Amino acid sequence: MEKIVKGKAFIFGANIDTDQIYPGRYLELTDPKEVGKHALEGADPNLVKEFKPGDIIVACTNFGCGSSREQAAITLKAIEVGAILADSFARIFYRNAINLGIPLLVCLKIHDLVKKGDRLTVNLITGEVVNESTGAKAQAQPLSDYVMKILQSGGIKPLIRKQIGADA
Amino acid sequence: MHAIEKILAKAAGKDSVVTGEIVNCRVALGEVNDIYLQTVRSFYEMGGKKVHDPKKLVFIMDHYAPASTIQQADNQKQFRDFCREQNIELFFDVDQGVCHQAMVDNGLVYPGMILVATDSHTTTHGAFGAFGTGVGATDMAVIMITGKLWFRVPEIIRFHLTGTLSRGVFAKDVILRIIGDLGADYGIYKGIEFTGPVLKSFNVSERMALCNMTTEIGAKTAYIQPDEITLDFVRTRVKHDFKVFTTDPGYKYAAEHTYDVSRLKPQLAAPHSVDNVHPLEKFIGTPIHQAFLGTCTGGRVEDLAIAAKILKGKKVHRGTRFIVVPASKGVLLEAMARGFMQTLVEAGATFVTPGCAACLGTHEGILAPGETCITASSRNFPGRMGSTKAQIYVGSPASVAAAALEGKIADPTGYLD
Repeated sequence: MEKIVKGKAFIFGANIDTDQIYPGRYLELTDPKEVGKHALEGADPNLVKEFKPGDIIVACTNFGCGSSREQAAITLKAIEVGAILADSFARIFYRNAINLGIPLLVCLKIHDLVKKGDRLTVNLITGEVVNESTGAKAQAQPLSDYVMKILQSGGIKPLIRKQIGADA
Repeated sequence: MHAIEKILAKAAGKDSVVTGEIVNCRVALGEVNDIYLQTVRSFYEMGGKKVHDPKKLVFIMDHYAPASTIQQADNQKQFRDFCREQNIELFFDVDQGVCHQAMVDNGLVYPGMILVATDSHTTTHGAFGAFGTGVGATDMAVIMITGKLWFRVPEIIRFHLTGTLSRGVFAKDVILRIIGDLGADYGIYKGIEFTGPVLKSFNVSERMALCNMTTEIGAKTAYIQPDEITLDFVRTRVKHDFKVFTTDPGYKYAAEHTYDVSRLKPQLAAPHSVDNVHPLEKFIGTPIHQAFLGTCTGGRVEDLAIAAKILKGKKVHRGTRFIVVPASKGVLLEAMARGFMQTLVEAGATFVTPGCAACLGTHEGILAPGETCITASSRNFPGRMGSTKAQIYVGSPASVAAAALEGKIADPTGYLD
């Protein structure tokens, strides 16, 4: 896991549900590259054209609410999101994203400090967020030890492989 | 401890647990549906060879029942192959309906169990005093390999329901009002328990709708303490031994809310959010292109019965499509035996295969730009049932049937004398 993430901010509001992150009509797709073509299409159809690996998603409350579809996390991993900062995350999305090694940070009111296109630097260990475009700083809540362990392993899959001796 | 905590403690092999603790629990049943081929992919990616216990897994082909594209058909084919190779006998093919109803119909859900499914509406099973929760594909693959999953012991919020419901008002209206009052993120990570005298007036179907919709407030799980209504239902279906857990006197809830439902009127969640809830009367007269009755939220026998009562001997309004999706094969068989399907089809309803159908915007009733739908399902997110330029109102099965009859949003109360 990279400790420091730098990227351009893409801004979303409250209650961005998984149908907006990954519309139901694409759920039959199974190739992550194909899944990645529709990232956040329901909220911003142009996002995938502008988004660069490492860029950062900033949202208000309850990001990822709704369906349990892991494709919502897979699609954001496929576009190589650097981190997602929000006031809060929906539970299943949170687990799905962490399991795939996507850093999610709860950062209250971050939405007020960032506008689209601002360049952010996020320290995933300390939770420090710096808006390099404005100089504003914010402090995200630290990740729990359990979640940090999953992220530092690169997601749950390497952890389970180790646990069951699949790599031995 | 709360009953939910006792369920988690027992499954974790511990005497007690506390709020916030991370526990690794044995899962009594893991359920996978057909939009989650990634479960099989993740299983192999993590080095899985044989599932931990094939008797503790059920695979249900419901979201694409039956397949409408080659890709869907191929995904379902891969599930059939996987279940055959892994000796998973609980494979429910496209004839069985929505996972949450099919599992209940087949006696797989009982008090005190941990039921984890790749579906957010697994909270439904709190209606039976089970710990039901939804996860994604990779978490499910962990269960397939190890038989266990980690959980954070949740804070628990109590909703105490008092008073008497008016005619035309149902569990769906109660839970919509609660979501509207508190917001779609109020219950994130929380367990939600319902208590109070109103529960005695709710049959199992209403209780399932109540618990089902706690997902829309963000809940991790829901709970109704099993009583005679629960036990009468499960005893006739469930062969598995089970234990009913009870909450210790003096348990401290994270929050408590009391709702007197006596003055509640029919409610609707208006576009485009489940917490944009208002009394239905505010929208009376709004033209409806499609009325949708079905799914794990609103497609049970009692829901079809209400619709049949409203539409018996009448016709669906010209220009309005009335899509009816029985939740399961069991529901369909009973609805046919009791004449509800006959009544609804004669009235002009379009009947589609038991399953999830148009609820998640995949097939069987997709909305065009500019269309307005009223649905007995759970969600009205932008694009949920098709075009992001469609409008979706979420209400009770009675409100949906009344709109199908009038071709516009209408109060169902007068049709229920």
